[in-house]
Amino acid sequence: MMDIEYIDIKSFRQTMLDRRAAGMDFLREMIGMDWEAEGLGVIYILENSATHDVEELAVRITERDRPQIPTVSDIWQIAEMYEREVYDFYGIEFAGHPDMRRLFLRNDWVGFPLRKDYDPSETINPVRLESEKNEEIVREYDIAEDKQLAELVEKMKILHYDQFVINIGPQHPATHGVLRFRLSLEGEVLRKVDIHCGYIHRGIEKMCESRTYPQTLAFTDRLDYLSAHQNRHALCMCIEKAMGLEVTGRVQYIRTIMDELQRIDSHLLMFSCMAMDMGAITSFIYGFRDREKLLDIMEEVTGGRLIQNYNVIGGVQADITPGFAAKVKEYCNDQKKRLKEYYDVFVNNIIFRNRSIGVGILSREDAISFGTTGGTGRASGWACDVRKRHPYALYDKVEFKEIIHTGGDCYDRLLVRLEEIVESIHIIEQLIDNIPEGDFKTKTKPIIKLPEGRFYAAVEGSRGEFGVFIESHGEKTPYRLKFRPMGLPLIAAAQNIMKGHKVADMITIGASLDYVIPDIDR
Amino acid sequence: MEMKKPVIKSIPYEEFKDNETLEALIAEINKERTNVVVGKLDDLINWGRSNSLWSLTFATSCCGIEFMSVGAARYDFARFGFEVTRNSPRQADLIMCAGTITHKMAPVLKRLYDQMAEPKYVVAVGGCAISGGPFKDSYHVLNGIDKIVPVDVYIPGCPPRPEAILYGMMQLQRKVKVEKFLGGKNRHQKRGELPAEPIIVTNHPVKEDKEQ
Ligand code: SF4
Repeated sequence: MMDIEYIDIKSFRQTMLDRRAAGMDFLREMIGMDWEAEGLGVIYILENSATHDVEELAVRITERDRPQIPTVSDIWQIAEMYEREVYDFYGIEFAGHPDMRRLFLRNDWVGFPLRKDYDPSETINPVRLESEKNEEIVREYDIAEDKQLAELVEKMKILHYDQFVINIGPQHPATHGVLRFRLSLEGEVLRKVDIHCGYIHRGIEKMCESRTYPQTLAFTDRLDYLSAHQNRHALCMCIEKAMGLEVTGRVQYIRTIMDELQRIDSHLLMFSCMAMDMGAITSFIYGFRDREKLLDIMEEVTGGRLIQNYNVIGGVQADITPGFAAKVKEYCNDQKKRLKEYYDVFVNNIIFRNRSIGVGILSREDAISFGTTGGTGRASGWACDVRKRHPYALYDKVEFKEIIHTGGDCYDRLLVRLEEIVESIHIIEQLIDNIPEGDFKTKTKPIIKLPEGRFYAAVEGSRGEFGVFIESHGEKTPYRLKFRPMGLPLIAAAQNIMKGHKVADMITIGASLDYVIPDIDR
Repeated sequence: MEMKKPVIKSIPYEEFKDNETLEALIAEINKERTNVVVGKLDDLINWGRSNSLWSLTFATSCCGIEFMSVGAARYDFARFGFEVTRNSPRQADLIMCAGTITHKMAPVLKRLYDQMAEPKYVVAVGGCAISGGPFKDSYHVLNGIDKIVPVDVYIPGCPPRPEAILYGMMQLQRKVKVEKFLGGKNRHQKRGELPAEPIIVTNHPVKEDKEQ
C-alpha cells in the first residue's frame, strides 16, 4: 500500500528540487494518471540510492484541454523519456521539457489513449498505410512562472542537416527488435542519436484496465519474454500483497528457483546475441546450445518454452515434476563448466576486447540519473539489485554476491551478466535440495476484488527492476495498471552514451545494454 | 500432364494435415496445360527454389526468439535450406512475420512486402501475426497481417514451437513445388487482390501448446 503525498502544482518544482537535494537521486517510476473528476496527474516514486528510502509524490491538475505540469527532466535525466510517455498517453504537456514529442504512437495519432474518455473507434485512428512523416522540429514550452499557460518559445531542430543523417531500423538485425534510430553523423562519428520507439507498442496497460486480475497475468510474459517468470512474479506479488495473501514456502522456493533459471536463460541469450552482433557466430551457437537445455527443464515444468504462464495468483500453475531437482543440479554443474568455454571463445578474444573495452562508458551518476537498473547499472558501479535493495521471495534467506563492476563500458556489462550466471547457479544450489513440502497453490476465487488503494511491487528482472503499480478502486478490474519498463531507461541512456562513438560501436553498445523492445513499448 | 504431388522427404504426403487446399491449387494450376519439356524444367526449378527459401528477418517480438531457436543448433533449419536470412527485401523470397504488428509498424511491413521481388511468400508466425492474438482488442494492434499483405502459410501458437515453424515451412515448400514457373500463371491474381486460399497449418505433429 502506497502512501502518496499530494503536492500543490505551484510549489511542485521547488519541492522536487528539494527532494533531489535531499538525496532522492533515483526516479524509480513516473506514472501518468487519469482520475476523471479529480483531473489528470502524475505519480512520482523517488528513491535514495544510498539508503533505499522510497517516497511517493503526486501532482494533480483539473484542466483537461491543455494540462501543463512543470518538467523534472533537468533534475532526473530519465524523466525526459517518462514525460514523453505521459504526454503520449495522457496529453499532459511538461513545461520546460526540451523535446515534447510523442514517444510511442505515430505523430498523427488522434487522442490520448490512456485517458478514460478515449474513443478507440477505428474511424478515428484507422490503420494508416502511408509512412509517418518525421517531425523535424520540436516544441518546447517556456517554464516562466508568471505566465498562465506556458507558451511555445523555441523551435528546435532534432537533427541538423549540415550533418549526414542516416536511418537505422525499425527492421534491422542490429537493433534487437523493432527500434528505430536516426543518427546524424560527422564522418563516421555519431553526433546525435534520436531513438524512435513504439513499433511494438501493444497498448497492454490500457487493455489491463478492462481485464480481471487473473486475466492481466497473461500479458506480463509477453512484455519482456526473457524475464517472463520475473514479470509475472512481480504482478502476482503485487496482487497478493493487495489481497493480503501469504503464499506457502514451497511456492516461494519454486518461484525463486524459476526466476533464477530465467535469469540464466536471459543472460545466455544476451551473450549469444552480443556475440552474433559482433560477428562471432560460433559463440551464438554455443550460447543457444546451452540455453536449449535450460528450456527443456522449464518446458517440463511449465509446458512452455518461452511464454510459460507459470505463476498464478496464490502460487504456481502446476507442481514441479519429480525429476526436477536432479535435472536442475545436473544442468547447473554442466553450465559452470561451459562458462569457461565462453571466455575462451569470445570474451578473451582480442578483437572483442578491443571493440568493447572503453566503449560506451556510462558513469555511475548517469546510471542513477537515468535509472538504468540491472546489469547495466551494476557494470557502472551502482548497487541497484532489487533482490538486495528490497528483498522479496527468498532473497533475504539465501547468500549471494551482488556483482559490481566499475568500468561502465561494454566489456564490463557483458562480464556482469556472465558472472551473474554463476551467482544464479549458486542461489539455485542453495535452494534446490530444500524445497519444502506443501501446497503449490493457495486456492483463490476466480473473480478477485482488490481493496481500494495503490500498490507497488518490484522484482529484479533479467535486465533491471521490473515494477508493477496497481491503483484499485475496489472493483474486479484494475483502475490503472502500470509496468515499470526495464528497457526505457536503457535506451534513454543509449541515446546519450552513443554520442561521439563510431557507427559500428553503436551496435556493440546496443547489444551490451541488452534491451528487449516489447518491454520498452508495452 | 499430370501434376505430381509434392514430396517432402521427411514427412509422407498423408501426414500433412491440410492436403485439400494444395490439391485444389494443383487442380487450378492444371487447368491450363503445359508441355512436357517446360513442365520438367519447372520441376527442376521448383526443386531448387523450394530448397533454398531465403527469408527476410522480420521478427518483431516474442515469436522472433523462437525463430532464432529454429536457426540455432538443435532445430537447425539449414537442413531444409532455410538458413540464409536476408536483411534486405530485395534478396528475400519470403517474409517470415514473427510477432505482433502494430499500427505504427504496418506501413513498414507493407513497404517491405512491396519491395520484394516476385515470386514472394508470406508466412505468418504466431497468434499475433494471424489475428492479433492476445492483443486483439488493443487500440494499436493490427488484427492479422492478412489485412494488409497476402499470407501463404499460417503457423499458430503463442509462440509456435520450433517444430511447428519447421512444419509450416515445409508446407510452404510444398506450395512452391506445385507452382509453375514457366508457362502458365502462378497466381490468377489482380493488383491489390488477396490470394484465394492460404494453407493453414495446424500444430501437428506436436500437440497444441496450452494457453493459460
Ligand atoms: S503470438 Fe504470442 S509469442 Fe508470438 S508475438 Fe504474439 S504474443 Fe508473442
